[in-house]
Amino acid sequence: MEESSSGDMRSIEPSKESTKVRRKSVKKRSQEEPEEPEEQEEQEEQEEIFDFNKKPAEEEEEDEDLSDSEDSVYSGLEDSGSESEDEEDGEEEEEGSDDDDDDGEDLKTGTEQTQQIEEQQEAGARKENQEDEYERDSSDEEDIRNTVGNIPMEWYKDFPHIGYDLDGKKIYKPIRNKDELDDFLDKMENPEYWRTVHDKKTGSDIVLSDEQVELVNRLQKGQFGDVNFNEYQPQVEFFSSDLMLHPVTNRPADKRSFIPSLVEKEKVSKLVHAIKMGWIKPRRQEDDSRGRYYDLWASEDSSILARHRMHLPAPKTPLPGHHESYNPPPEYLFTDEERALWEQQDPSDRKFPFVPRAFSSLRQVPAFPRFIHERFERCLDLYLCPRQRKMRVNVNPEDLIPKLPKPKDLQPFPTTQSLVYRGHSGLVRSISVSPSGQWLASGSDDGSVRFWEVRTSRCMKTVQVGGAVKSVAWNPNPSVCLLAAALDSVVLILSPSLADRQVVSSSERLLSGQQEPSEEAGPVTWTDAEGEELNQGIRLKIQHPKGVQQVAWHAKGDYLASVMPDHSSHLQVLIHQVSRRRSQNPFRKNKGLVQSVAFHPIRPYFFLATQRSVRIYNLVKQEMTKKLQANSKWISSMAVHPGGDHVICGSYDCRLSWFDLDLSTKPYKMLRHHKKAVRGVAYHRLYPLFASASDDGSVIVCHGTVYNDLLQNPLLVPVKVLRGHLITHDLGVLDVTFHPTQPWIFSSGADATIRLFT
Amino acid sequence: MGGLQKKKFERGSATNYITRNKARKKLQLSLPDFRRLCILKGIYPHEPKHKKKVNKGSTAARTFYLLKDIRFLLHEPIVAKFRDYKVFVRKLKRAYGKTEWSAVERLKENKPTYKLDHIIKERYPTFIDALRDIDDALCMCFLFSTFARTGKCHVQTIQLCRRLTVEWMNFVIASRALRKVFISIKGIYYQAEVMGQLITWLVPYQFAHDHPTDVDYRVMATFTEMYTTLLGFVNFRLYHSLNLVYPPKLDSKAETELKEKDEADYAMNSESYLEKLSALSASLARVVSTAEEEEAEVDQFPADGEDMENMEAREKEQKQQEAQKKLFEGLKFFLNREVPRESLAFLIRCFGGEVSWDKSVCIGSTYEVTDETITHQIVDRPNIDKQYINRYYIQPQWAYDCVNAKILLPVEDYFLGVTLPPHLSPFVEEKDGDYVPPEKLKIMALQRGEKPAQEQEDEEVEDEEGEDEEGEEEEDDDNEEDEEEEAEEKTLKKMEEQRSQGKSLQVKVTPGKVKVENPARLEQEEKAEEKRLAIMMMKKKEKYLYDKIMFGKKRKVREANKLAAKRKAHDDAEKSKKKKTRK
Repeated sequence: MEESSSGDMRSIEPSKESTKVRRKSVKKRSQEEPEEPEEQEEQEEQEEIFDFNKKPAEEEEEDEDLSDSEDSVYSGLEDSGSESEDEEDGEEEEEGSDDDDDDGEDLKTGTEQTQQIEEQQEAGARKENQEDEYERDSSDEEDIRNTVGNIPMEWYKDFPHIGYDLDGKKIYKPIRNKDELDDFLDKMENPEYWRTVHDKKTGSDIVLSDEQVELVNRLQKGQFGDVNFNEYQPQVEFFSSDLMLHPVTNRPADKRSFIPSLVEKEKVSKLVHAIKMGWIKPRRQEDDSRGRYYDLWASEDSSILARHRMHLPAPKTPLPGHHESYNPPPEYLFTDEERALWEQQDPSDRKFPFVPRAFSSLRQVPAFPRFIHERFERCLDLYLCPRQRKMRVNVNPEDLIPKLPKPKDLQPFPTTQSLVYRGHSGLVRSISVSPSGQWLASGSDDGSVRFWEVRTSRCMKTVQVGGAVKSVAWNPNPSVCLLAAALDSVVLILSPSLADRQVVSSSERLLSGQQEPSEEAGPVTWTDAEGEELNQGIRLKIQHPKGVQQVAWHAKGDYLASVMPDHSSHLQVLIHQVSRRRSQNPFRKNKGLVQSVAFHPIRPYFFLATQRSVRIYNLVKQEMTKKLQANSKWISSMAVHPGGDHVICGSYDCRLSWFDLDLSTKPYKMLRHHKKAVRGVAYHRLYPLFASASDDGSVIVCHGTVYNDLLQNPLLVPVKVLRGHLITHDLGVLDVTFHPTQPWIFSSGADATIRLFT
Repeated sequence: MGGLQKKKFERGSATNYITRNKARKKLQLSLPDFRRLCILKGIYPHEPKHKKKVNKGSTAARTFYLLKDIRFLLHEPIVAKFRDYKVFVRKLKRAYGKTEWSAVERLKENKPTYKLDHIIKERYPTFIDALRDIDDALCMCFLFSTFARTGKCHVQTIQLCRRLTVEWMNFVIASRALRKVFISIKGIYYQAEVMGQLITWLVPYQFAHDHPTDVDYRVMATFTEMYTTLLGFVNFRLYHSLNLVYPPKLDSKAETELKEKDEADYAMNSESYLEKLSALSASLARVVSTAEEEEAEVDQFPADGEDMENMEAREKEQKQQEAQKKLFEGLKFFLNREVPRESLAFLIRCFGGEVSWDKSVCIGSTYEVTDETITHQIVDRPNIDKQYINRYYIQPQWAYDCVNAKILLPVEDYFLGVTLPPHLSPFVEEKDGDYVPPEKLKIMALQRGEKPAQEQEDEEVEDEEGEDEEGEEEEDDDNEEDEEEEAEEKTLKKMEEQRSQGKSLQVKVTPGKVKVENPARLEQEEKAEEKRLAIMMMKKKEKYLYDKIMFGKKRKVREANKLAAKRKAHDDAEKSKKKKTRK
C-alpha cells in the first residue's frame, strides 16, 4: 500500500510514460468492482469534478508532501483509517485521470489541458460519450488522445484537420456545416442552446449537464467546486507548542544542531563590531519625556552658583495704562494734532507704540496687528540687549539743597530799595561814597559828575566835565575831601568842598602845597584848573596819553592809580602821587589787557586784573608775589577784602570767583548766581558782606564771613537778590558800592538812576 | 626697577569681558547655535561700566559677554547635543543624496534630542525664582497656543502650549488667584497672585494671526521650547501645592455630568479631554478629596505701635481679598455666542460664579439658556429678541470692571445698547498729583460704600462744578491781592517814568490804604526765597540732578494738567451738545 500511495503522488506529474501502468491498475480495479457500476459512475463523476477543480492546488500540496514525505513515513502517526481514505482518494483520482485519458482516446484529441474551463468542457464531452467508454475499451492500446500537443488551436483554423496522429495521418475535425442562420435557428429553437458550448480543441458542441452548470456557477462565485468539501476542517498540528511525550519523528538529530553555526557567528560578530565602533546605534526607545513633568524643585538646595551673583534679572514689561484700554476715557484719546505728531515721530521717539483707540463694544475690537512683533522684540531684548545694573537715583530733591544758615540769622544786610537818585540823563558808569558816608558821587555818560546827599537823595552839586565819565573814586582818607574822576584821557581831581572847612582846607593844601614836578616826566602832564572849572571844584587835570578807564586811590589817599587798557603797550597803568604831582609807570612789560587795579588796604601790595588772571605785586620789593587764575574768560571787575586776604573777581561770563590768598591761586569758590555778565563787585568795609551787580538787572548780596583761623574756610551765603534797575540797551546794573558804615548798598544802572538799598 | 612691564588691557575689567565673536569661537559654535544656547541658558550681554577700557581703547559698538558666563557655557552638555545634531543632519543629507532609504529611516529613528530639565533647575534654583520669571513664558505660550497649525512651528509645540496654558488657567481657577484683568487693544491682560508673586500675562484676541515676515520664528521657537519646559514644571509644582492631580483630571462628579452629552461627535476621544479641560467649566480632581479647603485662621500676634497699624491694614486687605475671591459666588451666568467665551468663563470661574454657554459654542456647557435660575446673561449685541424677566442682560465689560473694582458694580450702566463707561486700567496707581480720571473717582466712591443714585449724581456733578467755581473764586481772591499790588507797582512805575522824563509830578495826596500783611504768606515767600538762594549755592553736579528731577516733576504736572484740560473741554462739548438737543 505504501508504495502505491507514493506512486499516486508522483502520478500527478504529467509524465506520460507512467500512464500505461496506471491504466492497467485501473483496469484491474474496475474489474474488481463491477457490482455497482451505476453508483460508481455517479461518484466518479463527482470526484472527477472535484479533481478538476482541485488539480493545481493539489499539485502544490503534493510538492510539499514530497519534501517531507520521509518524515511522514517515519512519523508513525498515520492510523490505518486515514491511510485507507488516502488510498481511496488516490484510487479515485486515478480513475479520474483514467477517464481523462479515455476521453482523449475517444475523441482522438490527445492534448492535456491546463485551462480549467477547457477541462470542464472536456469533462462534458467525456460525459456525453460516457456510454461509449466501455465499448472502445478494447482499443486501449491505441493512443486516442489528441496528439497535436499543447498548441494554439487557431493555427489549424483554416484546415479541415486539427493535427496528426502517430502515423502521420490527419486527424479531421468533425464535419460542421452550420452557418449564421443555422446558429440563429438553433438559438431560437434549441432549449439547450444556452448550455451548449463549443469545444475548440475538438471542434464539437457540448451540452453541459445540470451538475456542470452548477459547478460553473459555484466557480464563478469563487466557491469550491465540490459541494461536500469542508474548507474549514479542524487542523491537526504535528509541531505544536505543547511539549509532547514522544518525538514527532524518530530521526536522530544532526550534528549541526549541536554545534553553533559559523555563518550566524560571522553575522553576529559583524553586528557586534559595528555597534562597538558606534556605526550602529541600538534603537532608542521612544522617550516622550517632553511634556512629562515632575517636581523639579523637590530638593531645593540653596547653593547659589557664582553666576547668580552677577545675574541681572530682566526687567518686566511695563504694565499698561489707561491709554491702552479698548474703551479709554475720552481725554486719553489723541487729538488731531497729537495724532499728526505721533505719525511724524520716529517710532523710537514715540511715547506709545500704538494709537489709543476707543471701541463702543468688545465685539468690535480687532486683532492687534503688531502683537507678534512685540513679543518678538521682547525676545530680542531678553537675549540680545546688554544689561547693566543702574542705580536708580532715589533722591529727595530737597535733600540736594545745601543746608545754609538762614539769611535772617545773618542780618544786617540790605533788603529793600529805599531811595532812588535821579538826575543823570545817561548811563551812570561809576559811583563812589565819601569816607564819611554822607556824600555820594556819580559819574555818567552825560558828561557830568554829580554829588548827592545820601540820606535825602538831593543832588548837591553837578559838575559838567565835558565827556563821558568812566570812573569816579572818592579819596579814602577821611581828612581830605577829594574825588578823582576819569574821562577820556584825563583824570580830574575835584574838591567838592562838601565837608568841614578844616577838611576842605586840608585837601586844598594837599593839592596846592606840592612842588612843581620835574619837567622830564614824559607821558603825563599835570595842570591846574582855571576859571570856570575852578569854580566848579576841579582842581587838577592829569593828562594821560590814552583813554583812562579806571582810577583807584591808595588807602592813605596820596597815591592814585589809573588804568589805560591797551593790548600792545606796556604803558597801561600809571601811579600818581597827588601831593608831589608825580607819575610813574610801574611796569616795564605788557602782561595783557589790564581790566582793573586796586591797592591793598593795609600792606604795600598792588592788585592788577588782566583778562584771565589777577597779579599781585609787592610795591616795596617791586616784584610779583602771586598770580591768581580766575578760571573765567574775561574779568570785568575786582574788589579786595578790607582784611586784604581775599579777592573777588566778577567776569563777563556770569561768574564771581572768590580767592583766598592764603589758600591757593585758584578760586576758592565760583559763584554762578547771575544770568548775565557781572559788571561790578564790592566788599563792605565793616560788615561781612559782598555784592555783585550784573547785566540781568539784579544785585546779589552775599554774606561772606572770613575767619581769622586759617583752617576755616570762608562761609559764603547768598542772602538777598535786589532788583530795581531797568534793563536798557541790554545793560543792567553797572556799578555797585557799599556804604562805608551802614549795611547799605548803592547801585548805578544803565537806566540813569542810582538806587539805595537798605 | 625690577618687575615685569605692565601691559595694558591685561588686568582689570578688560579681562572680565569677552566679545561675542570671541565667545563663539571659544565655544566652537555657529552663530545660530550660539544664539540658541544663550537663549536656553539665559546668557545675555553685559554693558561694561567703562566701555573703552574693556574694548581695548576703542569705542566701537560691540556686545560683551561676561567671560565667566562663557566659561560656564563650556561645560554645558547641551553643546554636545548641538554638535550631535549637526552630525545627524549631515548624515541624513548624505543618506538622502544616496537615496538610501533604510539608512534615512534608521537615522531618523535615532534623531538626537535633548532635555532642558537641568537648565531650568540651574537657571531657577528655587521655585520662587521660576515664578518670578513666568510672565514671559505665559505670554509666549498663550500666543503660540493661538497659532494655526500650519507650518510656522511644530504642531506638537502648539498642542503642548495649549495644554500648558489650559493647565495654568485651571490652576488659577482652582486657587482663585486672579486679581486684575484689563481689556486692552492688544489683548486681555490678566494679573494673578501666586505664592505672593504678582504674575501678569497677556492673551491675544482669538483671531487668525497675520504672520509678519520680519520676525525670526526660530528665535521664538527656541524661547518657547524653554518656556514650555519651565511652565510644565511650574504647573506640576503648583498643582501639587493645591493637592490637585497632575496632569489635571476633571472631578469625577463633573466628568459624569459632562459624559452625558454627545461628545463623540464633537471631537476625537483623545482631544476631547483637553477640550473639556479647556472649557474651564468643571472643577479638578484632587489627590486628597477634601470637601473644601479649610481656611486657616491667621493667628493673632500681640503687636504694638506701628506694627499694630500695619497688622490692621494687612488684615483689612486680606479681608478685602477674601471678599473679592467670592465676588461672583451665587451668580449664574450665561454667555451668548458672540462674547469671548474662554476669557469670560475663566474670569467668572475665578471668582466663584457659575457659567454656561450655548452647546454649539463649546463642549462643557452645564445648563441651557432656558434655565430660570440664571441671574446674568452676558450679551454683546445691540438688543436681543427673547428676554427673560428674571435676569440681567449685560455687556461683557461689566464682569471685567467688577473684578477690578472688587465690588459688584451697578448693572444699569452696562445694559444692552447703553454707551459703556470707559474701561480703566487697574494697573495704574495714582499718586497724589497725578491725574485721576473722574470715572475712577466714581468707582472709588462706590468702593467706599457711597451710593449715589442717578439723579443725585447729576446734582453732584453740578455741586462739584459749584465747588470748583468757589475754588476758583478763592484763587481769584489771591489773584486780586496780587493784582492790587501789581496796580500799585504800576502806578509807582508810572510815576518813576514821569520823573525820569523830567515832568513835574502832579502833587496829589491820596488817602493811604492800610496794607494788610498776611503773615503766613510772608513766611511762605521768605521760605521760597530762602530756597531759591540755597539753590544758587548748589554744586554743579547736584544742581544738574536737581534740575532733572524738578523737570520730571514739572512735566508730570504738565501732563496731568493737559489731561484735565482735555477732559474738561470734552465734557463741555458734550454738555453743550446735550443742551442743544434738549432745546
